[in-house]
Amino acid sequence: MRKVAVVGAGMTKFVRRALETPKELSFEATKAALDSCEMKLEDIECVAHGSAPDAFDGIHQKGEYLADGCGGWNKPTMRVFNGGATGVHAVCHGWYHVASGMFDTCLVVCEEKMSNAMPHAQGFFLTIFDHITERPLYPNLLWIFAMEMNRYMEAYGYTKEDMAIAGALIKNHALNHPAAQLTEKVTVEDILNSEPMAYPVYRLDVSPVSDGAVAVVLASEKVARRLTDKPVWIEGVGWNVDTSYWTNKDLYYPRYLEVAAKMAYDMAGIREPHKEINIAEPYDPFNYKALHHMEGLQLSPRGKTVELLRDGHFDLDGEIPMCPSGGLLGVGNPIAAAGTVKIAELFYQLRGEAGKRQVPGDPRLGVAHAWGDLMQASSVVVMGK
Amino acid sequence: MSGVEKVYGGTGLSASQVEDGSIFVEHDALDCEYTWDAGVAIGRYLQELKNGRIIGRECDECRRILVPPRMFCEICWRPNDRWVYVKDTGTVNTFSICYVNWDASRIEPGHPPHLPAVIELDGATKMIGIMHILGEVDPQAIKIGMKVKAVWKPEEERTGAITDIKYFKPY
Amino acid sequence: MAFRERIEKNTGNIFRSSEEGKYFPVVSRYTAGVAGQKFLEEIKENEKIFGTRCSKCEITFVPAKLYCERCFARMEKEHWVDVGTRGTLYSYTVAYEEKDGSPKETPSIIGAIKLGDGLLFHWIKESSADDLEIGMEVDAVFKPKGERRGSLVDIDYFKPKK
Repeated sequence: MRKVAVVGAGMTKFVRRALETPKELSFEATKAALDSCEMKLEDIECVAHGSAPDAFDGIHQKGEYLADGCGGWNKPTMRVFNGGATGVHAVCHGWYHVASGMFDTCLVVCEEKMSNAMPHAQGFFLTIFDHITERPLYPNLLWIFAMEMNRYMEAYGYTKEDMAIAGALIKNHALNHPAAQLTEKVTVEDILNSEPMAYPVYRLDVSPVSDGAVAVVLASEKVARRLTDKPVWIEGVGWNVDTSYWTNKDLYYPRYLEVAAKMAYDMAGIREPHKEINIAEPYDPFNYKALHHMEGLQLSPRGKTVELLRDGHFDLDGEIPMCPSGGLLGVGNPIAAAGTVKIAELFYQLRGEAGKRQVPGDPRLGVAHAWGDLMQASSVVVMGK
Repeated sequence: MSGVEKVYGGTGLSASQVEDGSIFVEHDALDCEYTWDAGVAIGRYLQELKNGRIIGRECDECRRILVPPRMFCEICWRPNDRWVYVKDTGTVNTFSICYVNWDASRIEPGHPPHLPAVIELDGATKMIGIMHILGEVDPQAIKIGMKVKAVWKPEEERTGAITDIKYFKPY
Repeated sequence: MAFRERIEKNTGNIFRSSEEGKYFPVVSRYTAGVAGQKFLEEIKENEKIFGTRCSKCEITFVPAKLYCERCFARMEKEHWVDVGTRGTLYSYTVAYEEKDGSPKETPSIIGAIKLGDGLLFHWIKESSADDLEIGMEVDAVFKPKGERRGSLVDIDYFKPKK
């Protein structure tokens, strides 16, 4: 396999309701990514794009629809889709295009427009549940997150306050992110006093609903070295999927993520991730998820994560800064695009270009993660300079 | 305030702009309905629910008793071996107290919250559970580890559906 | 026997996505977008049809687009061109059935109308199918101003040039 670098990144602002069509959002992000590395569409050999269920945008066969907005006109173009895990998975997918030797350049574009779903995108989540054994109970997605959070807290004696500390930490990083939907500081008390939606999940435990798109440009080593003095390398990729019988396993620990992470770490030659990784971007649609995933990513010992969190271990100047981007909780959650924000963040951070969000101490190695489907899928990318 | 990030587009609209006609929109809704065959394993599961019983499948290789039943074991990746009845009692593995309906609308004032739970069934392997709802219980009194029992619809009202169990209640 | 009746007869366990007659109650709402908003505004306010022209690729996109899909140039104000309301009939079809398969009371004609380098799909009226010829010129007929809301159907239909 050849070395693959990220050489450019771009995105739209994340907003609750965008004027732009899904194609236009994709175009803006893609154009921004190309401009960031002074490339033109004609320099791009293929496109790997990602978008979660067609239902959100309300456009069937969204992959084909989005293709020209992603720069895919008259190019080999392929869509990947595994729910929330799509945003990082699309980068694994783009990585293959270049690592295999087939192509020297690849655009990876992820988009989601959640505001098209009326009255609320939540309605479409009903259709992810088993159509015979679960859907007649009229579940919503909050049910399973709430039940996973409850199980996770029970397993280790974590409290709602512990989870809110993680949420406030991440959300406030977003105040320094130019694409962020969240614009006001959030305190632990704000989270604990927000509207109870599905105990133990309160309103501010959850990421906002967003429209947006993110794109990154991948290049082979020879092209990357010609384009930039600061390529950021994809050191490892991994992914895994557990059974969809989500009630037949213990939700307190994401074992499938451990497998995905180990696959990526092995490829990157990382033996002790908690000592070697300098920045973590775990998937954080809910505040507890960030901590749950830090354990799955082998960056925190099971049951000790809250202690480390309270000790400042995951702060911007801590041992392993957690979601310096501001994450889904703060930047926003246009499903597929939200995962790719994490890849873009590692790109900025490892180049030392993250402005006020910059992790101090010359970080060299970071990990990005996205999670999805029915409590079952994870995709992991390790990046280094 | 930030670094070199390139951020283009993402023009935010207010709710009123899309409602007052100043921003042009079209609406459409999926005008069709699906019908699903329940299949071999779930077909039998539903028939047994109609009879007031819960049935699973046993795998001789990993020794697990699986509910909801399937005709194969996804871990051993082989056809599993036999039908086994499990009890209609179990343990709450996890739960939520939900104030939001399936479409994110809030429950009516005075309406009790939804009480979804994962219930590990007695007679099935540990950690093998089903999703259902709890009833006849003070939401604040629900605990992980609580013992619960199925409350069935009267026989004549059962249709062969997961909702033939009205809910699980503490016992 | 219809497929649904057949499977219902052969198995007892059929599940529907909704209770009978109660369809999945989620609606999609689509904005026209940055380019689409202006495109529809010109139809609604001025009875004009606009495209965007990429001079490098020599293509006029109709409906107007925000970007040239070939070279990714952003279509700015100076790229907007009035393509007129007279197009040529690129192709057409006659629909005799409603979408549920029942016969239409009157068959309707759907045309692909070439304007600039793009095609607009629209109804063709004031003509029978027999009188249509591919390549003929057709004119847009707009709804009265008071009935226009910023939609492609603010154009009521196209009719052959008189």
